[in-house]
Amino acid sequence: MLSGAEMVVRALQDEGVEYIFGYPGGAVLHIYDALFQQDKVNHILVRHEQAATHAADGYARSTGKPGVVLVTSGPGATNAITGIATAFMDSIPMVVLSGQVRSDWIGDDAFQETDMVGLSRPIVKHSFMVRDPRQIPEMIKKAFYIASTGRPGPVLVDIPKDHTAPHNTFPYEYPKKVKMRSYAPVTRGHSGQIRKAVDELLKAKRPVIYSGGGVVQGDASEALTAVARKLNFPVTNTLMGLGAFPGTDKQFLGMLGMHGTYEANMSMHNADVILAAGARLDDRVTNDAKKFCPGAKIIHIDIDPASISKNVAAHIPIVGPVKQVLEEMLTMLEESGEPDHKSVDRWWQEIEGWRKVHGMRFETNEQGPMKPQQVVQALYKATNGEAYVSSDVGQHQMFAAQYYLYDRPRQWINSGGLGTMGFGLPAAMGVQFAHPEAVVACVTGEGSIQMNIQELSTCLQYGLPIKIININNQALGMVRQWQDMQYGGRHSQSYMESLPDFVKLAESYGHVGMKVEKFEDLDGAMEEAFALKDRLVFMDIYVDPTEHVYPMHIADGSMRDMWLSKTERT
Amino acid sequence: MMRRIISILMENEPGALSRVVGLFSQRGYNIETLTVAPTEDETLSRLTMTTTGDDKKIEQITKHLNKLIEVVKLVDLTEGAHIEREIMLMKVKATGAQRAEVKRTVDIFRGQIVDVTSTVYTVQLTGTTDKLEAFINAIGETQVLEVVRSGVSGISRGEKVLSL
Repeated sequence: MLSGAEMVVRALQDEGVEYIFGYPGGAVLHIYDALFQQDKVNHILVRHEQAATHAADGYARSTGKPGVVLVTSGPGATNAITGIATAFMDSIPMVVLSGQVRSDWIGDDAFQETDMVGLSRPIVKHSFMVRDPRQIPEMIKKAFYIASTGRPGPVLVDIPKDHTAPHNTFPYEYPKKVKMRSYAPVTRGHSGQIRKAVDELLKAKRPVIYSGGGVVQGDASEALTAVARKLNFPVTNTLMGLGAFPGTDKQFLGMLGMHGTYEANMSMHNADVILAAGARLDDRVTNDAKKFCPGAKIIHIDIDPASISKNVAAHIPIVGPVKQVLEEMLTMLEESGEPDHKSVDRWWQEIEGWRKVHGMRFETNEQGPMKPQQVVQALYKATNGEAYVSSDVGQHQMFAAQYYLYDRPRQWINSGGLGTMGFGLPAAMGVQFAHPEAVVACVTGEGSIQMNIQELSTCLQYGLPIKIININNQALGMVRQWQDMQYGGRHSQSYMESLPDFVKLAESYGHVGMKVEKFEDLDGAMEEAFALKDRLVFMDIYVDPTEHVYPMHIADGSMRDMWLSKTERT
Repeated sequence: MMRRIISILMENEPGALSRVVGLFSQRGYNIETLTVAPTEDETLSRLTMTTTGDDKKIEQITKHLNKLIEVVKLVDLTEGAHIEREIMLMKVKATGAQRAEVKRTVDIFRGQIVDVTSTVYTVQLTGTTDKLEAFINAIGETQVLEVVRSGVSGISRGEKVLSL
């Protein structure tokens, strides 16, 4: 016989949860007491509930397992909203347990009451409110099942305090399986559609494989790589899909989209067949959807039918798990014999021509300040390209996407859909918990890092040796770039006076701080920082505040309309 | 832009309706009418809504509705032969010569007068949206004191059923 609170904790144990990220408060005290009396589920105490959700998210992105969060009612729950929305936009499996005021007080504006089910409704895959403690095991089972199957996403379980009271106990049984008549995620793509797609791929003269976050989340990288190699097709990844195909592979064109490479965007625009795998053709990729890839037949694989033909109509839609669909494609390709690689020779020659134009370049200045791109290149070198890299949001995020070549899926952790500043550090914590031996770097800026800087305290408490690469341009770089390009250089509120001394700040939190101002010190400083294997090092690196991210799509144009530098455009 | 009748079978659970309605506002879709009530199986509710949109929009609407965990099945009734009905209760002024005139119009539309006072008739009328609107026009706006409409309910013709 267990109380509601004990059932919550037992259910987490039975679900195999290693870590739960949270922050206590009145409505969840019974659950915290039950957590205290066991040692299977490790609770990680963050300093702000937003960080709990991002840490759980980082854990989920880097492992594929659902991240778990526990917050109290009212402000605890509302603070979690940004992190839930972040996970929702990027389809990250997450289970959020929120406390609620006792059930007979709901609706009375009780202390720390907020309608969390209502507030979170548009940003969760599903939500439950416990109406009877006996529902707890099954609801938690369903929450994990829904969060981690089909198109993954966050699921909320709202638990009124009285349903966790220690004096009410009930028999406990954790369901082995759940079946829901109204939820049956698709497990196979339609073979006829896959066959049609294969025929189209074999006829293609100017093909591109365009893969997104679904390939990473759907563990389909191997299958994608095998299909690409078999056909000798060029591959481009979205911001969310980086690492799904090896970044150092010669078939890789780099990232596509708003800040994609010249060759990736040109190849897309001129393609005759596009295989879109686990990508959702969103506005950061397509530019003006009406002008998107005018000559291309689009094969679109996605587990979510609502993603298909939402922004751009697909010629061959395939609804299914991207891994299974790609594997079936591979089997069909193998049965059809050796594909004629020569048929795409001319296409590759054209692509090599674009590669020579090379949009991925930046001017360095021996006398002037360091360039942010150089920082990412130095990070790549210092970590042999093997680190987990989490990032915040802004210019540094784009540089980290462009100049760090990710060879593994789940190596690159960033908030692509929602674009959440403050994501980087707590996400890195989640990654480090999941991979205690791995090198974890957080690429951030002086704007983003201050949105969750308090987590330096959490990092000390748990001894997380994250390396923070603060690309400090003393400005909200991406905002400033848009103001330079579209608002006549009027820098409205995009720079910050009174920045803290980040070195002292890191030290006051008990960490190592380093300041780097000259390029010639950069490599040495990186080596020194990464040699401190069991310490968090905060590297405050000063860079050129006037630098822009290029290439950049010209608004309302097609894929091929890009700025390549401040003065050159296509 | 076509008018569509989407009929949804969903779990009869608290919060399910708010998810359906919320989906429409959050994605910028329009609800023109909405009715919902339990079915013969008390664990299921039947929700009928009318909306307008081109094929692309309706496709997105039905896909997103299907993604809601509590939605068990749905059908766009306008895709096939179907029956649609709406019930209207209306209070109309009925004094002097108008009393007989209103009665005649109600008879023509095969409505019923379900409540009477010395100055007011309460009329009940069932039919398609078009028929109800024709009745409102026929009776003349100045006569109308209050209108309550149920919103559209619908069912497909023939042997096809929307069930588990």
